[in-house]
Amino acid sequence: MGYVINRLLQGLTVIAVMAVLVFVGVYAIGNPVDMLISPEADQAEIDATIARMGLDKPLWLQFLVFLKGAAHGDLGTSFIYNEPAVRLILERFPATLELALAAILIAVLIGIPLGVIAGLKPEQPTGRGIMAVSILGFSLPTFWVGMMLIMIFAVWLGWLPSTGRGDTVSFLGIQVSFLTVSGLRHLILPAVNLALFKTSLVIRLSRAGTREVIGQDYIKFARAKGLPESRVILVHLLKNMMIPVVTVLGLEFGSVVAFAVVTETVFSWPGIGKLLISSIVHLDRPVIVAYLMLTVMLFVTINFAVDLIYAALDPRIRRKESA
Amino acid sequence: MRYGLTGTTALVAGLLAVANPALAADLKIGLSAEPSALDPHYHNLVPNNAMFTHIYDSLIDQDANQRLSPSLASSWKALNDTTWEFKLRKGVKFHDGAPFTVKDVVFTLCRVPKVPNSPSAFTIYTKSIESVETPDDYTLVLHTAKPYPLMPTDLSTIGIIPAGSGKLTGPIVFKKAGCEGIEGYPATEDFNAGKVPGSGPFLLKEFVKGDRLVLTENPAYWGKKPVWDTVTFKPIPSDGPRVAALLAGDVDFIENPPSQDLAKLRKDKNLRVVDGLSNRVIYVALDSADAPTPGIKLPKNPLHDARVRKALSLAIDRKAIKDRIMSTQSEPAGQIISTGLFGNNPALKPDPYDPKTAKKLLAEAGYPKGFEITLGTPNDRYMNDEKVAQAIAQYWTRIGVKTNVDATTKSVFFSRRGKKEFSAFLAGWGAGTGEASSPLKSLVACRKPELGMGTTNYANYCNPKMDEVLKQALATIDDAKREALLQESLALVAADTGIVPIHFEKTPWAMKKSLTYVPRVDQYTIAMEIKPAK
Repeated sequence: MGYVINRLLQGLTVIAVMAVLVFVGVYAIGNPVDMLISPEADQAEIDATIARMGLDKPLWLQFLVFLKGAAHGDLGTSFIYNEPAVRLILERFPATLELALAAILIAVLIGIPLGVIAGLKPEQPTGRGIMAVSILGFSLPTFWVGMMLIMIFAVWLGWLPSTGRGDTVSFLGIQVSFLTVSGLRHLILPAVNLALFKTSLVIRLSRAGTREVIGQDYIKFARAKGLPESRVILVHLLKNMMIPVVTVLGLEFGSVVAFAVVTETVFSWPGIGKLLISSIVHLDRPVIVAYLMLTVMLFVTINFAVDLIYAALDPRIRRKESA
Repeated sequence: MRYGLTGTTALVAGLLAVANPALAADLKIGLSAEPSALDPHYHNLVPNNAMFTHIYDSLIDQDANQRLSPSLASSWKALNDTTWEFKLRKGVKFHDGAPFTVKDVVFTLCRVPKVPNSPSAFTIYTKSIESVETPDDYTLVLHTAKPYPLMPTDLSTIGIIPAGSGKLTGPIVFKKAGCEGIEGYPATEDFNAGKVPGSGPFLLKEFVKGDRLVLTENPAYWGKKPVWDTVTFKPIPSDGPRVAALLAGDVDFIENPPSQDLAKLRKDKNLRVVDGLSNRVIYVALDSADAPTPGIKLPKNPLHDARVRKALSLAIDRKAIKDRIMSTQSEPAGQIISTGLFGNNPALKPDPYDPKTAKKLLAEAGYPKGFEITLGTPNDRYMNDEKVAQAIAQYWTRIGVKTNVDATTKSVFFSRRGKKEFSAFLAGWGAGTGEASSPLKSLVACRKPELGMGTTNYANYCNPKMDEVLKQALATIDDAKREALLQESLALVAADTGIVPIHFEKTPWAMKKSLTYVPRVDQYTIAMEIKPAK
C-alpha cells in the first residue's frame, strides 16, 4: 500500500512540475494578440482584446487561474475557436485513434507473416529481401512517403482519395469512418503511411523472435513427434514469439499517436495532430497547453499502471521500495 | 483506370454544365486556411470574411477590385458631412422566410460589440456610428460625430443577421453604450451549427471542423443564383497535399497554389491557373527616429537621414526579385497601395535599380563606407518572405551597407516587431478597405495608437505635413477630392522615402480546365464567382 501511495505521489509531482514547465514555456513564445487581431485595430481595441483573453494579468496570476480551471477539468478556452480546449481535443481524438489503430492493425497483419518468413529463411533471398525492404521502412521519412503514396495512388492511378476523412457514421456514440465505403477508402493511404515504420519494427521483432524460438527444444520435439510444419509454425512458434511483439507494440502505441502529426498534416486528416500544428502556428495557447497536459497525464497514467503490474509480478520491487 | 472512366464522366458533366447551367453539379474547393467560425462578427480575418459572404449578405458588396456595389442596400448617399442614408432592398427573405427590414440591420449593429471572446472584433468598423434613425422599414440613417467618408466601405464588412435570432424584449433602440430592447444575442456556436439564418446565396449544411464545410444553394435567393447546388470546402493547409488533391481530382479548385509549382500547373492541359494583383504590398520599414536604433551599432541613427533611406531603396533590383524569386508572382511597387485601387497615385513609379546613385547618396549623408545593419523578416508569413529579405540584404551589402538577415517564424517576428527590436524589417500590408487610407493610416502616419493612427508604424516615421493632408482626406466625403488628397499623401511619403515599397503580391488560384475565376484583390475565394468555362 505504501508503494502505491509512493508511486501515486511521484506521478502527481510529475504532473505538477510539467504544468509549470508547459505553462511557462508556452507563454514565453510570442504574443497571441499580435497574431489574432486585425492590424488595423487601434490601441483601445487591442487593449480590450488583451483584457478579454486575460493576458493583461501577471504570469503567476494567469497560472493560478489556469490551475483553478484545471482542478475543475477546464484547461482553458481556445482563443481562436472560442470553445473549451479539452472539448476541441476530445472531438478530434476519435479520428486520430482510428488512424492509429488501423496503422497498428496493418503493421501486425503484414509485419508478423513477413517477419516469420524472414526468420525461417534467414539466408535465402526471400529473407534477405524482406529485411532490405524493412530498412527502407525505417529510414524513409514519413512526410516523403506520404506524398509519394498520394502521387501514385491518388494522382497517377486515381484509385484512392488524397485528402480528408470521408463519410463518417456514429458507432457507440463516436464518429468513425471505417464503417462506410467512402470512409474506408479515405483511411487506407494515411493508415498505410503511418503503419510503414511500425511494420518494419514488427518484421524485425518477429524475425528475431522466430530465430530464437525455432532453436528451442519444444520445437525440435514437436517436429520429432511428426507434427505437420504448418502446425509447428502457427501454434508452437507463433504463440511464443508473439510475447515480445505484443509488449513492444503496446508501448509503441503512444508514439503512433504522436507520429500521426506528420501523417495527419500530409493527408489533412482531421485529428489532434493537425489541431496541434495549427494551434502552434496561430499561438492558440490554451489548446497547446491542454494538449501537452493531456499527453503528460496519459503517459503518467500508463507508467503508473506499468509500475503496479511490475510490482504485482515481482515481489522484490515492493520490498526494496518499502525498506 | 482514371482517365477512362472519370475522365469521361467529367467531360459529360462539363458539357452538361456548359449546355445548361441549371444542371450544374457539385463543386469541391481546397482551402489553404480554414475559417475559425461562421459567425460573421467573431473574427476579422480573410478566411472568415470570405466564407461568411456565402451565407450572409452585407448592405454593400465589394467587387473583385474592392469597389463598392449595392447588395442589401440598393442605394446610399451622404446627406451631409456627418449623416449617411441607406435605402434598403425590398422583398429579401432570410433562409427561414422572415422578411428583411431595417430592424435586422440595427440588431446587427447592436450585436457587433457584443460578441464574447472575439479575437479580432469588428467594432473598428462600427465605432464611428454615434446614433441611428429608422424613418421607415427600408431606410437607415446613420450619424457620425465627425465627417467619416469610409462609412459605406466599413459597412460592407458587416454581415447582416436577422433580428429574430436574438431574444427581443421590445422595440430595438440603438445606443452607442448598449442597445435597448435586446436581451440576448445568438452565440458564435449557433452560427457554426447553422442555427442563424442569413439571406445569402447559400445555406450551411454541415461544418465538421478540420475536415469539411458543406453549403447548399438557397433556392429563394434574391440576387443572381449561383451555378452550384452544393459546395464543399476542404481545409488543406499544407501546400504539397493541396496541389496533389487538385491533381488527383479530389477537389476542383484550390487557392494559393505554392509559387514553385505554378510553372508546372500552367503547363498541365487539364488545369487552369489564374492570378491577379492583391491589395497586399510587401515593404521594408526603416527606423527613422532621431535616436540610436537597436540594429545599428552607431551612436547616431543613419536611417534618420532621408538620403540614406533613398539610397537603400535605389540599391534594390525589384525586377530581379520579381523574376528570380517570385516566379513573376509580383509587381514592383513605388507606393504602398496597389495599382487600380482607390487612391493609388499613377505618378509614383518604383525606384529604379541604381547602385551608383545609391553610393553617392550614402557618401553625401556622411557614410561613404556604409554601416552594418540587421534586417528582420518573418519566414512563413508572405510569399518567399525570407528569400526576398536575403536578396535585399545582398543588394544593400553591395553598396557598402553590410546586412544581416534575422528571420524567425511569424509569431515570434510580430512580437519582436511590436517591441521595436528591429531597425529595419520586411513585412506586408493588405489594404482591408481596398483604398489608400488603410496603409497610410497604419504604416506611415505618426504613431498615435490611441487615435488609431500609425498602429503598425514601428519605424517611428513621422511627417507632420503628410499627417495633415491625410487627416484632411479622412474628413472629406467627396470621393474625387478625397482621392486627390490620398494621392498627395502618398507622394509626400515617397518624397522622403518614409517607407521602402518592394512589390505587390499576385494571388494565384488553380482549378480544373472546365472552371474559371476572376482574381480578387482581397484574395477571397468565393464560390459564387467560380463559373464553368465557356
